[in-house]
This record gives sequence, structure tokens and C-alpha cells, in this order.
Amino acid sequence: MEFKDYYKIMGVPRDASQDDIKRAYRKLARKYHPDVSKDPQAEARFKELGEAYEVLKDPEKRVAYDRLGTNWKADQEFRPPPDWNAGFEFSQQGFTGADASQFSEFFESLFGRSFRAEQARRGGETHGGPGGAFFHAPGEDRYAKIMIDLEDSYHGATRTISLQVPEVDAEGHVSTREHKLNVVIPRGIRPRQYIRLTGKGAPGHGQGKAGDLYLEVEFRSHPIYRVDEYDVYLDLPVAPWEAALGATVTIPTPEGMVDLKIPADSTTGRKLRLRGRGIPGKTPGDFYAVLRIAPPPATDERDKAFYRSMAEQFKSFNPRAKLGMQT
Amino acid sequence: MSNKNGHRNNAPSPPLELSVTLIDEQNALTLTELSHACSVQSGYIIELVDEGLITPQIMAEEREPHCWRFTGTQMRRARMALRLQSDLGINLAGVALALQLLDEIETLRMRLNVLDNW
Repeated sequence: MEFKDYYKIMGVPRDASQDDIKRAYRKLARKYHPDVSKDPQAEARFKELGEAYEVLKDPEKRVAYDRLGTNWKADQEFRPPPDWNAGFEFSQQGFTGADASQFSEFFESLFGRSFRAEQARRGGETHGGPGGAFFHAPGEDRYAKIMIDLEDSYHGATRTISLQVPEVDAEGHVSTREHKLNVVIPRGIRPRQYIRLTGKGAPGHGQGKAGDLYLEVEFRSHPIYRVDEYDVYLDLPVAPWEAALGATVTIPTPEGMVDLKIPADSTTGRKLRLRGRGIPGKTPGDFYAVLRIAPPPATDERDKAFYRSMAEQFKSFNPRAKLGMQT
Repeated sequence: MSNKNGHRNNAPSPPLELSVTLIDEQNALTLTELSHACSVQSGYIIELVDEGLITPQIMAEEREPHCWRFTGTQMRRARMALRLQSDLGINLAGVALALQLLDEIETLRMRLNVLDNW
């Protein structure tokens, strides 16, 4: 396992005060929060940061961590010294809100195992384990993200997802087991909708029923279509004469090819609507082709002569009239 | 919506009968369900509604919280609010501002994408 330099992750010196650590954490957390940042590394950075803060904000854990010494370098192969942890008693006041199961192997080797066993044991007591007052409560709901393609929403699809389900054995050891599920993606699903899988969340406490699993649906970005709520957009390049004279062109849609009539005198940015051909559903969305006029390149002398004759023909045309330019 | 046999199934593992529900306008969540899904007391969700962070659908004439229904969008916002609050230590008014600005950024990003394609 690799050594984690929590000070380096937080960007603070080893002698930073608790206030400095808190300030550094807040600043970096705002920057890398997965809800805020679009950086693809944000989630990993944020987890790492949460782990570093979990240790450094707690004076007990920080002292223990510091005792590992200053000779370790980030990502160096690490094995905890045999006498490590001797003489320390962690009061387990940390972890408020933080999900210890997300932390690294390094963290777990130093603080995690004992904590998680403890947590599992205490959980058992409070939730109707031996000796405690029995009470029954439903298990927690779980979440996962699922990526689908726009076409899946038009046709419906089946996806196999695998979940890491934590299990606690009689001795309090926590392990994870892979759990495969086939999920039907309903037709007409939109980005950011949720699918609920009843009873696939955490097991219930006592006689309580299991929680639910919610899958948040995200669409992979599509090479040619854009989705906005129920509606689907396509940028449609057309030749200048098609726009000026009108034409019928064949265009792709997620449901297949469609003939689209382009009215004469169309300009760039004009939206042509195909009603009801957006995301399907009881009230289906619309499909929009957004026109973009693509001029043919003037590659040889004949092309250039043609453009020059166009300039002659459209002498009074002022493309910059809206900018207040005279010619 | 249940997993009917008519669906294609290419996965090697044996098909599992799963009760799958799309959380849409027809299957929106009640206050109790949303609270459970967010692991919070229903009072917290009511606070989010009062602060204008999430907007329930009002099902009946009655405007009582037990008549509220929440769609996936509202659930996503509620969970974001919770995360921002606990991870960044900001109060609800601050979370409301953050969500509003994030919405605006997203709209602008979408427009930017369109321009980049041109």
C-alpha cells in the first residue's frame, strides 16, 4: 500500500495550526466538491481531501500520524510499523458525516479497521442487537449513478450493474461482496431522473424492511445530439442554396432517418421542429434541427470567380448591418 | 414498472425479477420517502421547501406537507443541498445561492457547448 502525505494533500506545513488546517480544508473542499467542480479528478481529490482532514483535524489521530515520522514520501510503499498504535486510544469522535468505507487502504491500516469493527458492533447494539432494546427500522437507501446513451431512452434497455455490498460478519469484520443486478431502463427516461429498485438498499434493522436503491441516470455526451429536458437538438449544416431556395434533406434522428423540409429564406440559427420526436413519453418532447449555413470552400479559380460574381450580384447585401456598419 | 420477460437480456447471470420504478411525475416521492432517501428528518426537507431550495408538486387542494410530492430533480437538489451543507459548512441561505449559481453555470455551459460546435 502507498503512503499518503496528508499534509501535502492539504497543502499545509507539518506545523500548521488546527485553524490553518480547517481553513485549508474549506478552501480546497469548495474547489473540489464534486457538486461544484467539473474537473474529472474532482471526486478523487475530494475523497482524498476528506480523508486527510479526517486525520489532521482530530488532534489524537494527527499525533498518531505524525509519529510515523517525516521520512515517508507520498505514494511510497508503506507498511505500518509493528508498534504503531500502541499507547493510543482513539475516542472515535471523528467521522461525523464522513464515510469511512470510502477511505484508502492506508487510512484503514492506521485507523480504519478498529473503527469499523467498533462501528459495526455499536450499530448492532443500538439497532436491536443482544442486550439492547429491540426496535425495528428500515434499512438505509443507497445510491449509484448509471450512464446510458440517448438511444437507450428512445428504445428502452437492460443494463447489468454491479454493486459493492458491505457485509458485517458475527465477529464484526467488514467485507464487501459484489452483487450483480439486471436493471430495466424504462423508455422515455430523461437525464437526472432516478430509478428506484425497491428493497435493494441496505438491509433493515431488526424486522425492518430493506432500504431502496436509487439509480441516478446520466446520459453520455452524444457526438451529434444535445438533450435539454424532454427536447433533443441537432445542429444541421446546410448549403447556402438549400437555405436560400428551400430543400428537403435527409437528417439523422435517434429513431432513424427522417426527411426534413427546409423552408426558403432560412438563416443560420433557425430552429425547425419535429413535434413529438424528442424523448418519448406520455407527452413526448420535440426534436429540433438548428440550421447552420456551411459555405463551400473556394478552392480553385472557377470557385473564386463564382464567389466574385455573387459579390457583384448581392452588392447591396450588408452582413454587418446589425453592427451599425455602413458597408 | 416491473421487469417483464419480453425484455432482451444479454447478461450471463440469471435474470432477476426486479421491481423498478421510474421516479417521475406519476411516481413522485412523498415527504416521508424523500426524508428516508436523504436520511434526514422530514423537518429538514420542510426547511428546504421553506427556503425555496426545492419545490414540491402540490397534489390536492390542501397545501399540507403530507400532500407534497417530489420528483427526481427535487431529490437531486435536496441531496446536493445536504452534501454542500455538511461538506462545506454553509448555511441554507448559502446553499440556496450556491444551487442557483450552479444552475446558471450549467445553462451557460450548455450554450457554450453549442457555440464550440460551430
